[in-house]
Amino acid sequence: MIKFLERLLNRQKPKPSGNESGFVQTAPLSEEQLQPVTVMPLVIEPAHLLVGVGQSVGKQRERNEDALFSLSSILSDGNVELPFGVFIVADGMGGHEHGEIASGVAVRAMAEFILSRSYLPFLSMEDRQRSSLQEVMENGVVQAQQAVVRYAPGGGTTLTAALVVGEQVTLAHVGDSRAYFVYPDGRMQVVTQDHSLVHRLVELGQLSEQEAQVHPQRNVLYRALGQSEPFRPDIHTHPMPRPGFLLICSDGLWGVLSEKEMFQIITSARNPAIACKNLVDAANAAGGPDNISVILVQYL
Amino acid sequence: MLVDRYLIQEVIGVGGMGSVYRARDLHFPNVVKIVAVKEMINQARDPMVRQTILHNFEREANLLVTLNHVAIPKIFDYFTHDERSYLVLEYINGKDLEAILNETEGFLPEDQVVKWAIEICDVLDYLHNHKPEPIIFRDMKPSNVMINHNGHVMLIDFGIAKIFREGQKGTMIGTEGYSPPEQYRGEATPVADIYALGATLHHLLTKRDPRLEPPFSFSERPIRKINPSVSPELEAVINTALQYNPTDRFPSAIAMKEALLAVARKTGILSRITLPVTMKEEKIKPLWVFKCEDEVRGSPFYDNGVIYIGSYDNNLYALDATKGEFHWKFPTEGAIVGRPIVYQDMVLIGSKDSNLYCISAKTGKLLWNHKTDGAIHSSPRVGEGHVFFGSDDGYLYAINLTSGRRAWRLDAGEAIRSTPFLTNEFIYFGTEAGDFLCVDYRGQIKWRFRAKRAITSSPTVTQGMVYFTSLDASFYALDSKSGWMIWRFRMGKGSVSSPCRVDNFVFAGSADGFIYCLDANTSKEIWRFQTDHQVSGSPVIYKDSLYCGSADGNLYCLDYKTGKLRWKFATDGPITGTPMAFNNVIYFGSADHMVYALLA
Repeated sequence: MIKFLERLLNRQKPKPSGNESGFVQTAPLSEEQLQPVTVMPLVIEPAHLLVGVGQSVGKQRERNEDALFSLSSILSDGNVELPFGVFIVADGMGGHEHGEIASGVAVRAMAEFILSRSYLPFLSMEDRQRSSLQEVMENGVVQAQQAVVRYAPGGGTTLTAALVVGEQVTLAHVGDSRAYFVYPDGRMQVVTQDHSLVHRLVELGQLSEQEAQVHPQRNVLYRALGQSEPFRPDIHTHPMPRPGFLLICSDGLWGVLSEKEMFQIITSARNPAIACKNLVDAANAAGGPDNISVILVQYL
Repeated sequence: MLVDRYLIQEVIGVGGMGSVYRARDLHFPNVVKIVAVKEMINQARDPMVRQTILHNFEREANLLVTLNHVAIPKIFDYFTHDERSYLVLEYINGKDLEAILNETEGFLPEDQVVKWAIEICDVLDYLHNHKPEPIIFRDMKPSNVMINHNGHVMLIDFGIAKIFREGQKGTMIGTEGYSPPEQYRGEATPVADIYALGATLHHLLTKRDPRLEPPFSFSERPIRKINPSVSPELEAVINTALQYNPTDRFPSAIAMKEALLAVARKTGILSRITLPVTMKEEKIKPLWVFKCEDEVRGSPFYDNGVIYIGSYDNNLYALDATKGEFHWKFPTEGAIVGRPIVYQDMVLIGSKDSNLYCISAKTGKLLWNHKTDGAIHSSPRVGEGHVFFGSDDGYLYAINLTSGRRAWRLDAGEAIRSTPFLTNEFIYFGTEAGDFLCVDYRGQIKWRFRAKRAITSSPTVTQGMVYFTSLDASFYALDSKSGWMIWRFRMGKGSVSSPCRVDNFVFAGSADGFIYCLDANTSKEIWRFQTDHQVSGSPVIYKDSLYCGSADGNLYCLDYKTGKLRWKFATDGPITGTPMAFNNVIYFGSADHMVYALLA
């Protein structure tokens, strides 16, 4: 780290004092040379999770059936230096009974389980990890499922949960809410897979993207919390984009704004909270057909 | 020796125009670069004809050098010496289809032939779509199709030899028997290659050599009449390719490939179609072997043309990587199980005699040694001017490379047989008590993780994750910063195998006899490959293959994406080390006392 800063500082030293002549030779910079200068790496220690959230009922629905949860913390004690975050978005299923209850119940059950099985043991002096983070996430989804069946019978919900520990993010995902990695170079990478019927048909080459967008069954999920058949959530772990953002949102956002629009808003906002407000406003300005929930996490 | 550069090692083929040699390119003195050198003799008497032949040769060589396809050998060089012209090309370790056909008892399996045919269609499609002019292969026949040791098709003999044949009288272009009618009229079109491929496939499936039959008489020898095991679908495809009238054939190689794929789907062989031929074990000939006086359980290290490897005969050997010739050996007082490392002119290795030795790479003489209080199984790693290794005395050592003095040692509480992994910031290793530690370069513990049993496996750290296995039968992935367990995967038995990661795959062996491939992000199993005994060795990935030894005595070469066996090489003892891959050569030792070098 220190070496890196030194290199950065050294880089500035040999600045030519004056424009010596017009014969300065130039050459295209190599990839390696470009990397450190194109993205000014802002590294803050200890590492931060800068978070914004946004939510809106939208312009066409009467009730908000989305739910979200966000918690971020840092423990730094000279030996450990650990950012920790839990971020969850759930989209209660439109038309279902108890839609708004289902999403809230699922989010609470999931958050409670993650915190009790990973966060509290970590804070306790008995620092012994009993299950892997992926196991915690998988069992958390089981808890959320049971909670939905119990407290919102007949209801259904999507659930996209992210657990950030250190430099890794572990995701659990059911349904068609989405998690994205947003990189400053313009890449928007969808890291979850929509469990939607229409999306599957597109994957199989049976439908085109254009057909999918207007397909009458585009809201049908083949996997969701509350369903009676057993299912497995998608669980995976990735390095957090750094520099970059983790974006979690319901289809009220990603179904309305293009990736380009989302990218523009995210990268031009002063901070993640303002970015989230602007994202929600833009979705509403585009008609706001559905509830909108969004969490944006910047890893600094 | 040719042009002071190519050292001829062996004649690998003799043709009417000259010979083909296996040679070593001496422009790469420190590595073994094996090439094929094709010699063509200009037999024309007339100086004008000679000149034309030479001119055509150079034009063809210049065309071939621009081709870029996996199934076409790369051209490295060409030159002419008196009446002999030479083409230097990629050496293919394999056999041609004619040889395979001759060696096969009974008929070749249909799915095998279909798989080859599809690959041939692919390369023909590439040639036929060459810009500005399509390239017509013109000489499709079994002896011009090589199957390399990974089971893939390579087209050889690109017309170039024919230039020299043109100088002779009355010889036709193309091989009689396989060529279509129109080629005899001097027409060469893409559909001519389709016909010749049909003829080749007919030969492969029926074992009836068309050169011994009247031209264009394939329809008189229906495939299924000779070999009833061939599906009617495949027969129909080949018959279409063999139509007398060019317009009745498949219009393109791609169209023929589609038809072959349809056959494969219909007959259900598509699922098996990625199966490459496994070369018979005895066909893999080592480049060299070297015999030690006892078992070789450690791992080799390649540096600057030299292989360094330790043995249970207590010696560390330095061998010439190209020929396996003995450079020097350094005697220790105990068995050597680790992998040496070379840093500048220093070779570092630990021994069961408790010492870490620093030896001059040039002379094999001792520079310094450092004594610990326990046997050393862990391999040394170098970073920040120090060498790091663990000892059975329970300490991790940091020794200054220049002075040989100890900078610090860290009490880990139990023997360390795992090899430390060094990143910019931290050092990672496991202990026999089942602890896994992350320490900084001052020897301060950053975090500790505990498995249920010993961690003998050496960790690999990449993309913020630490991977290792344990005798508790788990394959672990931890966050490298915090030590938090991200996932664990249950294997059938404990493991001492050290994982490696490529793309999104992580690989390791286990005492349950399997080599596992997991998705690094989800810990889902991608494939597992069963060997006949414990896999205590560790896998390496080189190009698109995984190489791993097993206690069953075999070195396995698998397609790392699918886990399909490409080949295996049998030794007479367990292979417990990690192979070293460098410049198309795989180096490893076996408990049969031998060090082997195989073509990758």
